[in-house]
Amino acid sequence: MRRWGLLAKEALTQTLTFARFFCLFHVTNHYLWSPTLVFGPSMLPTLNLTGDVILAEYVSHRVGRLGPGDIVFVRSPVDPNKIVTKRIVGVEGDRVTYFKPRNGDSCHTVVVPKGHVWIQGDNLYASRDSRQFGPVPYGLIEGKAFFRQVWPPNSFGSLG
Amino acid sequence: MSTYLIGQKTCMNCKTLNPQLPLQPCRCILGEISNMAAHNFLWSLTKNCFTFGLIGLTVSDRYASIVPVRGSSMSPTFNPTTDSFMGSLSDDHVLMEKFCLQKYKFSHGDVIVFCSPSNHKEKHVKRIIGLPGDWIGTPMTNDVVKVPNGHCWVEGDNPSSSLDSRSFGPIPLGLVKGRVTHILWPPQRVRHVERKNHQKRHSPS
Repeated sequence: MRRWGLLAKEALTQTLTFARFFCLFHVTNHYLWSPTLVFGPSMLPTLNLTGDVILAEYVSHRVGRLGPGDIVFVRSPVDPNKIVTKRIVGVEGDRVTYFKPRNGDSCHTVVVPKGHVWIQGDNLYASRDSRQFGPVPYGLIEGKAFFRQVWPPNSFGSLG
Repeated sequence: MSTYLIGQKTCMNCKTLNPQLPLQPCRCILGEISNMAAHNFLWSLTKNCFTFGLIGLTVSDRYASIVPVRGSSMSPTFNPTTDSFMGSLSDDHVLMEKFCLQKYKFSHGDVIVFCSPSNHKEKHVKRIIGLPGDWIGTPMTNDVVKVPNGHCWVEGDNPSSSLDSRSFGPIPLGLVKGRVTHILWPPQRVRHVERKNHQKRHSPS
């Protein structure tokens, strides 16, 4: 009888330790920073076509310290299961001028509404961004990229 | 823990003459022990608070959390009486589950909590009327709007006092933060929140 009691107590302690580590892992990955793999042609030449491991931080967008020029991770407005990496070109109130290279080079100007941001990929020829789906609400921003990590090894360094 | 030799009256730790030695431990030792005990207690209390805070935050982020509903835009489902006398005590508190965020799969009539598209710090509670691909008829302008891919059309149950998709259009599904399943407070209104189908929606046939 006493052995079961000791066994139960041991199981409880291990479960609590596991829960502690799991929760610490979750809080770090959602509120502090985490490494993220990004790939695709829309951010060339800044980011690689075949994949970069970037350190993403989750503090800036919560305190509202995001501005034009930041590379951010945004939940796509056309598919909420995908997260895209783009650069902020304009915040609310800004007047943004953009052109669509494949639409006969047509040039448009738009004012970004309140609570929204205008995102564009660095590679304008191969990027589906705010030029196609319009300004995105600030609430869709998931994090900001701030450091390119160890892989690939020749491009270690911070992102502007 | 002997800091005194048998028969001696001088404490070896604090080097003072103590006539009670060696039968009782010197006061300096007792002080150190009680300091350490208090220190240990405070440290373990802090650790426990931190652990439970982390666990609570993780559970409320991944699984479910309890949110108060303010305003009457969802009457009579939530807050059926506008009781300004009691203030926020009479607000309905509802259980919001987050399992729907794994695949972002919703059904018509679900009550959801989402970030407002014009102010990401505010959260609103409304019912999903249209999913991607549906056509919504707006009686105001006699217009028919198609809900784009990845968006949804939300409306409050009390159309006269509800700021919803009729004003700010369809919202991206990525703004949804959870789905309301039960009312938990006040105790006499504890119940499951049902899905309600709306007449305005025309599905693609």
